[in-house]
Amino acid sequence: MGEPGTKELLSLEELEATAGLRTGRKHVLSILVENKPGVLTRIAGLFARRGFNIDTLVVGPTDESSLSRITLTVDGAMHPIDQVTKQLHKLVNVLKIRDLEPEEAVAREMALFKVSADAGSRGEIMQVVEIFRGKIIDVQRRTVIVEVTGTHAKVEAFERMVRPFGLIEMARTGEIALSRGRSET
Amino acid sequence: MMMRAVDAIMECLKAEGVDVVFGYPGGANLPTYDAMYDSGIRHILVRHEAGGGHAAEGYAKASGKVGVCFATSGPGATNIVTPLTDAMMDSVPVVFFTGQVRTDLLGTDGFQEADTFGMTMPIVKHSFMIQHPTEIPRAVHEAFHIARSGRPGPVLIDMPTDLTRVEIDYEPVGDVRLPGYQPTTEGNQKQIRIAAKALHNARRPVLYVGGGAIQANASAEVTMLARSDNLPVTCTLMGLGAFPAPDPQWLGMLGMHGTRTANYAMDEADLIVAIGARFDDRITGKLSEFAPRAKFVHIDIDPAEISKNVPAHIPIVGDAKNIVGRLLEEYRKLEPDSSRLAGWWERIEGWRAQHPLRYEDSVDTEIKPQFLVQALYEATGGDCILATDIGQHQMWAAQYFHFDRPRRWIQSGGLGTMGFGMPAAMGAAVAQPGLQTIVLTGDGSIQMNMQEFSTLATYGIPVKTVIMNNGYLGMVRQWQELFWDRRYSAVEMSQWPDFVMLAEATGCAGMRLTDKTTLVEDLRAALAVDGPVVIDVPVTKEECVYPMIAPGQAARDMVG
Repeated sequence: MGEPGTKELLSLEELEATAGLRTGRKHVLSILVENKPGVLTRIAGLFARRGFNIDTLVVGPTDESSLSRITLTVDGAMHPIDQVTKQLHKLVNVLKIRDLEPEEAVAREMALFKVSADAGSRGEIMQVVEIFRGKIIDVQRRTVIVEVTGTHAKVEAFERMVRPFGLIEMARTGEIALSRGRSET
Repeated sequence: MMMRAVDAIMECLKAEGVDVVFGYPGGANLPTYDAMYDSGIRHILVRHEAGGGHAAEGYAKASGKVGVCFATSGPGATNIVTPLTDAMMDSVPVVFFTGQVRTDLLGTDGFQEADTFGMTMPIVKHSFMIQHPTEIPRAVHEAFHIARSGRPGPVLIDMPTDLTRVEIDYEPVGDVRLPGYQPTTEGNQKQIRIAAKALHNARRPVLYVGGGAIQANASAEVTMLARSDNLPVTCTLMGLGAFPAPDPQWLGMLGMHGTRTANYAMDEADLIVAIGARFDDRITGKLSEFAPRAKFVHIDIDPAEISKNVPAHIPIVGDAKNIVGRLLEEYRKLEPDSSRLAGWWERIEGWRAQHPLRYEDSVDTEIKPQFLVQALYEATGGDCILATDIGQHQMWAAQYFHFDRPRRWIQSGGLGTMGFGMPAAMGAAVAQPGLQTIVLTGDGSIQMNMQEFSTLATYGIPVKTVIMNNGYLGMVRQWQELFWDRRYSAVEMSQWPDFVMLAEATGCAGMRLTDKTTLVEDLRAALAVDGPVVIDVPVTKEECVYPMIAPGQAARDMVG
């Protein structure tokens, strides 16, 4: 591809082809950080600078009160994600980063679904909720709110099942994860 | 001991060994400046915060110590964004203190409020937003520790003005513990041994040395390693001075305007030992055709640099001084036989004989820009600190001036900041008052921070400013000439200002040198004048820097 300094015309296809290289496997990063001002911004900034789209991001306390755990999922080819994790390691307030392999970790997310439900359809919805081991946590005359916890795939599957009933609203937390066995995440 | 937080800052600075700072006061850092008043720390009042930031960089580069710059909130802080970015790109240890509006005004668009902490996040090694006055002393020491250790870089401390006026119980901070920041300094012994073996087996090795070798004070080790086996050495723009030049083992600078010898050697090398260098695009040219036959040993303190642009076969993370010293030890044990490099040296000498740096000299008294650099080298004997700005003059200086030791060549390499040179030279001169300090600049670059001439005059800082004046933004003009059909768009600078008159107006001595035949003596006389001097030297208007790896091309396709 032509260098920006030269007169050579850049083609849109070439530009898009290089951008397309970015889509690769999904990564679940677990990042242990100190509770200091600006940590989240610094981390998000490093992803933004490299043109990554963060799919989900969860921040919460850990067993140590001065530390938080950030779990984020991102799409990226092996090479560029490696650059980002190396840069993340350089942040002074970041203590630890793990790129969790799906086989060696468990990951869960929670979702709330507000679904249209009248007397006629309520029973059928309850059956689906049962199958997915969800919970109905609010019932109104025309709606129910369902809580579902599970893997990303399970939540997606539940969404597909209830959508035909009339999905009014949905809120999802994004995944949190821990590594299996004795090893620390 | 009870004292105001701002007085504690002065105590911390003294504990860090700071004797001089650069800065500019304003509303939000009034308390700091009140504490500065009788702190005993020398403060140099610059004319623009950007000048202060670059001066602190120049001070750090010339001394190896941490530079310090103060600025107020809002516009003071936005004015240091350029030097901050510059220091980040070139790994310069500088601590910036910015004033901030009162905590009750934060986020309300208060007078002179800017989100300094937020907007500088991507361009600092680390930063602190002070939230409680008692945090201040520890933050200052952590800032210095982070700035100078590992891969050095700029650190910013943003201080709301009300918090700095509070009285705190100050206790000297003994140690700095940062659990998330533990840079690797010791190189891995096994990797070092593998690298020594690879070097021993190499038939066409090259040492490729960058600014990191200077930052790590590893010049002696690099030189000893090169001497141990007659290894050829090339340096990046930032690495010049890490190996003494001129020298038979010295190939010259590499990269876009490097020598053909250095670039051809990289192209044909079978082993490249990168020491504190980061394979910048100005070095590699077309990445896919960069050093295609070589294996790479990459020594760097920053793990994120390893395999960033070019995959490293033998990465060694750590401090260059530590690693190169131990590599030398391991290498000596293998008792290398330099005669195996005879063929390689023959090839190199062939290039050197066939492609020396050259230019066509004028037939009259007109001064060619390259001739000016050679004259300056002759007039000084190379015994000086030389800063430059950005552009053609910088490349010619890198080609024709030689440095026989580190920290004598003050550069804005990564960011390429026009306006860097003169204030950086000011900082260097303050750091090394016993040395002649010169800035070679262009008529374009100098106008970006020329307000600092008054600072030089006010404090009697004897920086000599040599302006290579071709009336053009020369490097942009060169690219327009070579790659854009000579459509000279917005590059002609006209004859203004008159730099001699400008020098006099700002309290410096001004002179203009126009005769090639007496240039060396005239420069010598100008450099001998006490105090700051501005030396305007009109040169050939349309000259190009050669040789050149055209953008996106490979090293072996150098032109000119």
